[in-house]
Amino acid sequence: MAVVPLERKPLTLAERTYLPQIMQGLKTTMKHLVAPAVTLEYPEQRPVISPGYRGVPTLVKDPNGREKCVSCQLCEFVCPPKAIRITPGEIPFDAPNAHVEKAPKEFDIDMLRCIYCGMCQEVCPEEAIWLQNQYSMTGLSREEMVNNKARLYELGGTLPDEHRKWDKKKAAEEHGNAH
Amino acid sequence: MLSEFYLNLHPALQGLLKGLAVIGVIFPIAGMCSMAERKVAAWVQDRPGPNRAIVPWVAWIPFLGKFLQRIGLFHVMADGGKMLFKEDSLPGHVKKFYFVLAPILAMIPALTTVTTVPFGAYLDKAGAIVPLGLGPLDMGILAVFAVSSLGVYSLILAGWASNSKYPFLGSVRASAQLISYELSMTLSVIPVFLWINAPGRDGTLGLARAVEFQSGTWPGWGGTWFGFIMPLSAFIFLVSLFAETNRTPFDTIESESDLVGSFHTEYGAFKWGLFFVAEYSHMIVGSGIFMLLFGGGWNPLPWVPLATVVDLLHQLTGWAFTIHPLFVGVLSIAIFLGKIIAMLFFFMMVRWTVPRFRYDQVMRIGWRVLLPLSIANLLFYAIAIALIQK
Repeated sequence: MAVVPLERKPLTLAERTYLPQIMQGLKTTMKHLVAPAVTLEYPEQRPVISPGYRGVPTLVKDPNGREKCVSCQLCEFVCPPKAIRITPGEIPFDAPNAHVEKAPKEFDIDMLRCIYCGMCQEVCPEEAIWLQNQYSMTGLSREEMVNNKARLYELGGTLPDEHRKWDKKKAAEEHGNAH
Repeated sequence: MLSEFYLNLHPALQGLLKGLAVIGVIFPIAGMCSMAERKVAAWVQDRPGPNRAIVPWVAWIPFLGKFLQRIGLFHVMADGGKMLFKEDSLPGHVKKFYFVLAPILAMIPALTTVTTVPFGAYLDKAGAIVPLGLGPLDMGILAVFAVSSLGVYSLILAGWASNSKYPFLGSVRASAQLISYELSMTLSVIPVFLWINAPGRDGTLGLARAVEFQSGTWPGWGGTWFGFIMPLSAFIFLVSLFAETNRTPFDTIESESDLVGSFHTEYGAFKWGLFFVAEYSHMIVGSGIFMLLFGGGWNPLPWVPLATVVDLLHQLTGWAFTIHPLFVGVLSIAIFLGKIIAMLFFFMMVRWTVPRFRYDQVMRIGWRVLLPLSIANLLFYAIAIALIQK
């Protein structure tokens, strides 16, 4: 690379008085004075959330209303700040989805610990835990900042399910066609 | 009649009432300035700025209530109320007596300088202009310079009494800066007073005479404001005014990035607020003097003096009250206040346009540029005026 020495010109008299520059600057400031505001007035105006946003982790149900989590506890193990606590439970034999066998009895995510890394979503084999659009979690006590199972499903709602894994599995079981 | 009752009062009582009235105007304007500062800052930075605070019963007024909320009018009260009610802390390491004294001392010169500034005029029966002011003192500008430079003592006192290094550095800077720019400021106004003390008239340093000299009509020099005849004087005065009132680009005294907050680092609550009201009062009085000396005072436009406007109004509308002294007085005060507010707006625009000078640059501009320039300017005009007014 060739070194190109730049000639450093001495300042002209006009430049040394600062005045033309100040006038130029005042023109710029004036332009911005009348320009419309570019900021959002937050609580009333909400920002547009782009797809793929990683907000508060939530639990979701499949279109049949079945809770997708099977309490495998992978998310609990992978969670770097140990924000997730799962108490596994069994699905009773007479339930319509008894073939799924397991579901969480308790599912707590401590939002004071959560770092929104999204590893729980990444690791989940059931696509049951999703980081969705909510970006603002507030509470007045530590207890309030722990999302329990009911709250997680309330936040998560229902997401479309492409695989229908457990339906296929049930059908295969019934028709004797193992995979 | 109320006016007769007022005129029969003891002169001292009259003066007191007038003084309270003027303080009653200056203080809220100084408060408003802090709001305007925030609002202008926001607009320049493409933000809406403070627009939340509202008094419930004002919110019930349709449109107007919303408008007042959006321009942030009630944030003035919210800010002032906050300063009154938050803890007025007195740090353990300060020299307490002087620490408390400093903000009070800051207010005194700031409000005292107003006494010699005429802020309006009315026409008496003969059609002559009678200036309105607290004390129509002949020493006018001299009194302003003498008293306003006392303001630096409060900064020195605040910095010294705070007993910590940044306030101390700030107050040392303040004293050096204010002294250096006072010189060029004083020298820059002398041509104006050389001109208005024409041979054959009583000598005066009063500011009203300067406006009188700028109240001519179209053909002739009388109507040209001194800002046009003496642009260099006006420019030096303006720059010194920025330095004296401690505004960007000369706000090295406050300079929060290297001196934390300088002399008011240790202050809080209302004592801190007093420093700022004093600073804004200085700005208001300084802008007023600039407008009186170089901007035509209460005359609305160059070559269009107050008397012409009043005449025109009277002829157009035919209403008798337009030549009533009260109406003329209020009109002139409104025009003058309008000019002051325009100046304050200019101060704020410059603040958001120009970065702060380094301290050595401030000193260099003061001593090596402005001072020689103002001396040369003075010599030039002294010779020119001597030749013209021979």
